[in-house]
Amino acid sequence: MSNSRHLWHFHGGLKLPSNKAISTASPVAKALLPKRLIVPVQQHIGEAGQLQVKVGDSVLKGQVLAQASSYVSAPVHAPSSGKIVEIDELPVPHPSGLKALSVVIETDGEDKWIELTPILHPNTKSPAELRQIIRQAGIVGLGGATFPTAVKVNTGPHAEIDTLIINGAECEPSISCDDMLMRNYARDVISGCELIQYIVSARHCLIAIEDNKPEAIAALQEIINEKALHTIEVITIPTVYPTGGEKQLIKVLTQKEVPSDGFPSDIGVLVQNVGTAVAVHKAICLGEPLISRLVTVTGEGVLQPQNMDVLIGTSMSELIEQSGGYHKDAAKLIMGGPMMGFTLQTDHLPVTKACNCLLVENTAEKTPEAMPCIRCGACATVCPAQLLPQQLYWHASSKNFDLVQDYHLFDCIECGCCNHVCPSQIPLVQYYRFAKTEIWNMERDRIKSDHARIRHDFRQERLDREKKERDEKLRKKKELLAKKKQAEAAAKEKDGAPAEVDPKKAAIEAAMKRVKDKKAALKTEKDDAASPTKKSSDEKNTQE
Amino acid sequence: MQFKTASSPHIAQHNSVQSVMYKVLLAMIPGTIAMVMFFGWGVLVNIILASVVALSCEALMLLLRKRPLKPYLFDGSALLTAALLALALPQLAPWWLTLIGTAFAIIVAKHLYGGLGFNPFNPAMVGYVVVIISFPREMTQWVPPLLEDYTLLTFSETLRVIFLGELPLTYGWDAITMATPLDTVKTQLGLELSISEIENHKEYGSMFGSIGGFGWEWVNGLFLASGLYLCIKGIIDWRIPAGLIAALLVLSNLFALYDYASFTPPTFHLFSGGIMLAAFFIATDPVTAATTTKGRWLYGAGIGVFIYIIRTWGSYPDGIAFAVILMNMAAPLLDYYTMPRAFGHRWNEFPHHHMGDKDEE
Repeated sequence: MSNSRHLWHFHGGLKLPSNKAISTASPVAKALLPKRLIVPVQQHIGEAGQLQVKVGDSVLKGQVLAQASSYVSAPVHAPSSGKIVEIDELPVPHPSGLKALSVVIETDGEDKWIELTPILHPNTKSPAELRQIIRQAGIVGLGGATFPTAVKVNTGPHAEIDTLIINGAECEPSISCDDMLMRNYARDVISGCELIQYIVSARHCLIAIEDNKPEAIAALQEIINEKALHTIEVITIPTVYPTGGEKQLIKVLTQKEVPSDGFPSDIGVLVQNVGTAVAVHKAICLGEPLISRLVTVTGEGVLQPQNMDVLIGTSMSELIEQSGGYHKDAAKLIMGGPMMGFTLQTDHLPVTKACNCLLVENTAEKTPEAMPCIRCGACATVCPAQLLPQQLYWHASSKNFDLVQDYHLFDCIECGCCNHVCPSQIPLVQYYRFAKTEIWNMERDRIKSDHARIRHDFRQERLDREKKERDEKLRKKKELLAKKKQAEAAAKEKDGAPAEVDPKKAAIEAAMKRVKDKKAALKTEKDDAASPTKKSSDEKNTQE
Repeated sequence: MQFKTASSPHIAQHNSVQSVMYKVLLAMIPGTIAMVMFFGWGVLVNIILASVVALSCEALMLLLRKRPLKPYLFDGSALLTAALLALALPQLAPWWLTLIGTAFAIIVAKHLYGGLGFNPFNPAMVGYVVVIISFPREMTQWVPPLLEDYTLLTFSETLRVIFLGELPLTYGWDAITMATPLDTVKTQLGLELSISEIENHKEYGSMFGSIGGFGWEWVNGLFLASGLYLCIKGIIDWRIPAGLIAALLVLSNLFALYDYASFTPPTFHLFSGGIMLAAFFIATDPVTAATTTKGRWLYGAGIGVFIYIIRTWGSYPDGIAFAVILMNMAAPLLDYYTMPRAFGHRWNEFPHHHMGDKDEE
């Protein structure tokens, strides 16, 4: 547990009351098998999967419901056995209350698995084979980003990963599911670390945990000691929000900064959440796809706060019910933590892979009216991205989207620190989200109009070309006609009478005659025979 | 169950503009008490008068601008402007001087620019500049600090002087007012006296304390102490006063070393006039100051430099108000060119072309 490693600091950050103890007092409870499971087809960043089932099908626990549709995509699996009763657009947990394609399973209570194929000796498999297993298990980043893990651990042939960081910081107040996971499944966490380390061939692996989780630190250290692992280290880091942010955590452990336009792999680092590590362990060593996760159900609005082992697709209302139900003053339901989580309108929503915490707050405090910005700079002092939040606010509120990008709006991680310290109580993060959305929309419109412009340019070019071709044709026709007339005239001169009825024949004859005449004329009447040819070549020159 | 929605973060926070302003006001109390003790009741009368005027003007402007009264009238900003201006005015300034200065500060310098948070210039200093340019004679009615030959007026005598312009029978204006130490040094240096000659002068010598002007050194010391407290508490940014004091120290040291007979010593600079009030309470007004870390250093230092220049070569005895307003003008530019390196960026990435674009337009 000794921590001899030198640590660095990221700029700013906040010391926040952790409020974690209320949900770590009782052991992890296994949520009851629900009667209905609602499984959204898309629970990851990337493209939605392709449905593999239809209404009426019977499915087993772990059976694929939707297959990954492209490289950046992930499958979803049946969390329990039962019958598919509905496939429809249903409400999913989303800040704006969106609906999305979901599969509804009526469980049969048997919870019967598909045939699992655990891999007993993963080190006999190639990293590519293991990546394939991770992909098929539908594993996504469980820290909240839900980016497909198989893509993230495929760092490509050029990026060499020196340090694998396993993120157990869990810096947001109230959330404790990672803490409980590390305490209770320390062996699985370490196994997952070893597997990911093997897959990305990282030289060493650092498990970063905030110093407010001594039990978790001890549990992991014990396994490391027992297995005598030399390349995996538990690092105790100071509790500062948002130290669990990927870029902030990398800075704290390595002093390196991920380039603004780059990825951690650019500086030889890969970060995975502890929950993801356990999911990788389960997928490879047990053959189980990702169908459940730990969820913290907490807040003063819940009577018995706790952590629960929950099947994906379980209704949130059931979890609250099993946690003693709501306090009579419960007023706000938040998915995620109090700093970055978003509020939900209803609890009749399924738990998804991204759902790490359900936080219920009592009587929503009346937020005082925002005062004007007094430019005190408190926001800049706490900004972990080293931005000038008040300038961003200023330009975002005046819709100056060029300047707001000059002030690096897109480096903002929306951690909410600036918002929290603002004496004028300005909802700063809301302004940044607004500006980002506006810029994305403008970008989309720009791409659209670019397409339109390109299409228009092409059309114009085509029209010009066609016109040119038409003109050319016309010119040639005229030329031909002129020649014909000339030839006829010549023939008239020679024969003294008009040519025979067939004009084609006459033309050919005329041409033949002309050639003959030309040959003859070359010797005798040079001037006469040369004039038509010369004329036509002049015409050509002027046209060109 | 249905719930209300809101944007993150969801943790309630308790910092407010009001609490910032009132903390700064509270921190001004010790220095103000010292001023009352040395300069008499006029200090207090000025503060009360300026506060009443400021709040009335604030209310009037809020009504005219159709803004809610409650959050703005009691946010403390108008009171702070009033207090700062009142402390900068002569103790026996006629009531209409205080009224004009304060009203101009609140109505023109603050509200015509958009009110709290939008004024580019420090309102108190704008008010001060208006009265010192318009009424130079009245602005010299400084009370000498508790000297042997001078007696402080009683409270009622003070009121009569300020509101009625009636001097007590036994005194003439010369008996109750005199030039400030800074003013005296400037005048006497102009008369070819050396610093040490002025300090030991039979008439003016008693104006000087051990390090600054007599009385002034106490006032400045107390403003320094409470200012430091505000810095430690993070209520004001320490870089602005640090930059200001550092610049003043460097310049005054350089010139005093060059010619100690004709340039006032550094300690006298720091502990005379309103330096500490300016450094910790006036220059730190966040609305009109630079906001970046480096920008604040430069902003403070710029004020220090201008104060030294105006005190030494300018025609006004103390140049704080002018120095502050000059640097207020520079604040947006300082912010622009001292933008911090954002996380994951290299230095000098900031595209300066937008500035150029505007010039071209």
